[in-house]
Amino acid sequence: MLVSLYRYNPESDNAPYMQDVEVEIPAGKDLMVLDVLNLVKEKDPSMSYRRSCREGVCGSDGMNMNGKNGLACITPVSEVAKGNKLVLRPLPGLPVIRDLVVDMGLFYKQYEKVMPYLVNDNPAPAIERLQSPEDREKLDGLYECILCACCSTACPSFWWNPDKFIGPSGLLQAYRFLADSRDTAQAERLANLDDPFSVFRCRGIMNCVSVCPKGLNPTKAIGHIRNLLLQRAT
Amino acid sequence: MGMNSVTNLGRNGIQDWIIQRATAYVLALYTLFLLGFFVTTDVDYQSWNALFAQGWFKVFSLLALLSIAGHAWVGLWTVSTDYIKSAMPRFLFQAACVLVMFVYVVWGIQILWGL
Repeated sequence: MLVSLYRYNPESDNAPYMQDVEVEIPAGKDLMVLDVLNLVKEKDPSMSYRRSCREGVCGSDGMNMNGKNGLACITPVSEVAKGNKLVLRPLPGLPVIRDLVVDMGLFYKQYEKVMPYLVNDNPAPAIERLQSPEDREKLDGLYECILCACCSTACPSFWWNPDKFIGPSGLLQAYRFLADSRDTAQAERLANLDDPFSVFRCRGIMNCVSVCPKGLNPTKAIGHIRNLLLQRAT
Repeated sequence: MGMNSVTNLGRNGIQDWIIQRATAYVLALYTLFLLGFFVTTDVDYQSWNALFAQGWFKVFSLLALLSIAGHAWVGLWTVSTDYIKSAMPRFLFQAACVLVMFVYVVWGIQILWGL
């Protein structure tokens, strides 16, 4: 199988380039994209990418496969390769450190902005802060995010304003804490999201929903945030 | 923490958002009304003149005109902050948009009331 790889080593290359590599796929097997990358790395140890759990849990190997973001470890080659050609590029919109490794700094900065932790200044109860099963259910579809950045780097609004627009991933997490019955900082959280960029750069094109490897729906969460802001402002 | 701006129409994101949605409804209604008028009426100078002679339609037209101005301000402001990265050209673009909208509104009032 022909694999086209985005290569860039800032120490030796003036500009990024695409490198075509022929990879022997064991007959009758549908490998995951990460397996193919591992075969490439056996041939050429200079090929760089992030990977860790290799089962879609750690979120390290988010990349662009034949034009669509996803996790290499849980994406079968047959699902993305076109005409027996696999094209692998780094996540779009973030600075490339080397080959498929991107600088996630801006992504994490936006994540930090939404205060991704429970805020509750009331004295802690003896055992734990209890939640009704109904309240707990509200966090389903939100807490599962693994911060792989596939969604935010598929979002044009994040490409144009990565310093100001929080992005689908950060906003999903923002709503995860806005919706938490144990959190007491809802007013402060909403006040921080009120400007024209943080939330409202979302134009609802739903690229985030189409690429999320965990099947989550950031657009829906953003809609909920908008409703909360609307209730607060009217 | 919020990134507020001084050149957008509303004071914050939610206000811009409501302005854009509300004006969209007005413009949709105005468009539907005009479509209906064109379909049901034999449009000539007399019928067109009679339509604009009515006070309520002048008010409706002015509302639509103001809606276009507000809608375009929010929309073009967004486009400019997406695509024009240097502050000075961006500001000039925004100022030009606002100037054009202002002229359209004043000119529109002049036409509607035949001042």
